[in-house]
Amino acid sequence: MGNTSTLFKGVKEFFVEIGDLSHFAARFLREVLKPPFEFKELIRQCYQMGNRSLMLVTVTGFIIGLVLTLQSRPTLIQFGAVSWMPNMVGISIVREIGPVITALICAGRIASGIGAELGSMRVTEQIDAMEVSGTNPFKYLVITRIMATTLMLPILVLYGDLVALYGSALVENLKGDVSFQLYFNTVFDALSFSDLVPATIKSFFFGFAIGLVGCYKGYYSKKGTAGVGIAANTAVVMASLLLFVIDFIAVFISDIFYEL
Amino acid sequence: MSFNMTDPDQITTSNESAKGGKAVIEIKDLYKSFGDNHVLNGFNMTLLEGENLVVMGKSGSGKSVMIKCLVGLVKPDSGTVKVLGKEINTLDQQTLDELRSDIGFLFQGSALYDSMTVRENLEFPMRRHKEKLGVVSDTEPLVREALENVGLAHTMDLMPVELSGGMKRRVALARTLILRPKVILYDEPTSGLDPITSKEIIELMRSIQKKYGTSSLIITHDVDCARVISERMILLVDGINYAEGTYSELSKSTDPKVDAFFKK
Ligand SMILES: Nc1ncnc2c1ncn2[C@@H]1O[C@H](COP(=O)(O)OP(=O)(O)OP(=O)(O)O)[C@@H](O)[C@H]1O
Ligand SMILES: [Mg+2]
Repeated sequence: MGNTSTLFKGVKEFFVEIGDLSHFAARFLREVLKPPFEFKELIRQCYQMGNRSLMLVTVTGFIIGLVLTLQSRPTLIQFGAVSWMPNMVGISIVREIGPVITALICAGRIASGIGAELGSMRVTEQIDAMEVSGTNPFKYLVITRIMATTLMLPILVLYGDLVALYGSALVENLKGDVSFQLYFNTVFDALSFSDLVPATIKSFFFGFAIGLVGCYKGYYSKKGTAGVGIAANTAVVMASLLLFVIDFIAVFISDIFYEL
Repeated sequence: MSFNMTDPDQITTSNESAKGGKAVIEIKDLYKSFGDNHVLNGFNMTLLEGENLVVMGKSGSGKSVMIKCLVGLVKPDSGTVKVLGKEINTLDQQTLDELRSDIGFLFQGSALYDSMTVRENLEFPMRRHKEKLGVVSDTEPLVREALENVGLAHTMDLMPVELSGGMKRRVALARTLILRPKVILYDEPTSGLDPITSKEIIELMRSIQKKYGTSSLIITHDVDCARVISERMILLVDGINYAEGTYSELSKSTDPKVDAFFKK
């Protein structure tokens, strides 16, 4: 009995949360096009976001490219298909691994950062202070941050892709005597717009989800310092989950287009 | 200044007080609950022009909730809240923002923006109220004047983390003053400060009131603060205005709930 009722409560809370988040997203869409616009703050947020995650994206991208290539080399050699390496690595990185890994990194770094930042602003009444001083805190804090993540994530993804490909090329260069030029030529030949476009569109949604969840958790943070920790923590969990849901939907949709 | 010497007979709770001033804030039958927690149960209050009114109450009695209703940060369940003649809860966003520039709000925890310098903190309220101040580009003199009023002109380029609690409170006060409000709402201006710093803040509040002739609503549970600054007091107990009067009247009361506040 007790178990079923807690389960029921959990399920109910889950749907309430989804409802609240959609509400928050709807408010963003309603207010994003209404003046006044906070351009200065938007630029600052974009810069901060890039600044905060560039190093992480570089390191993880490079290692992913390196590892992916090292791991698949023996198998490809076995089938005598090692010359397919650039095609295989290029496509898997650009279509799937690059966007997902970069987005996950940003969910860990950015969503938690936004959650903690807005959460502590909520707890220390800074958001209320903004409101009484005539600046709409939703516009100033939330819209700028969601816009920044939405715009910056695709750029970070492209950058991460390039770094990962570089890592992969390095392995091929050292182990298989493939020149960097040949490697990248093969990669770019193998890639087409139908690889890049869905991945980029997907990245916009990833960025939107990261900003949205971080802001939502922070903006409605519970009172007290514990609330800030919870906001940061749940922001990462919820953003990461949402990323996979979006990825699934995106792959599903682009699959339909491939078959056409 | 002899606030506590005011003749009790001259101050009444009606609108036609000795000051003859009109009401700048009027709260009627204010109700607010959070779930089963009935915080305000029909609270009434009037603040007259130029007056220093102190509202006292225990921790958790709903003082902050009440004061937040005055600027539209909390929506009451029922009751009317009139500030400077306007009914707060019926205003559209723009009118509300304009009205808010006439109300200064000092938050309980100072609420300085900790990602901005002191200067940027003070400039922030001016973003949307440039017309009111008539400044076009150079906000520096205004920022400097506001900081000089609280004796902290040298902190202009510091970050809030570099300030002590008392300094933060003073910077917050400067930020509140920068839009030249007609009414200032102080939410526990001396909480968390040592007695000496508290005195400094109280002196500051008095000098500001003298200089700009603002009306002040001061929320506190600091009896000393209340004694020095209040012309009239309201005790908030069980969600209502339980008792009203001057400090000397209330401190002589035999009602146990009132007496509890003044016992040392
Ligand atoms: N946003 C909110 N959601 C739920 N309950 C709230 C909220 N804000 C205040 N309360 C509750 O209302 C009651 C009054 O809170 P309030 O902050 O007004 O107290 P206070 O009189 O200002 O106390 P203190 O002197 O400690 O500041 C408390 O029981 C608090 O838990
Ligand atoms: Mg309070």
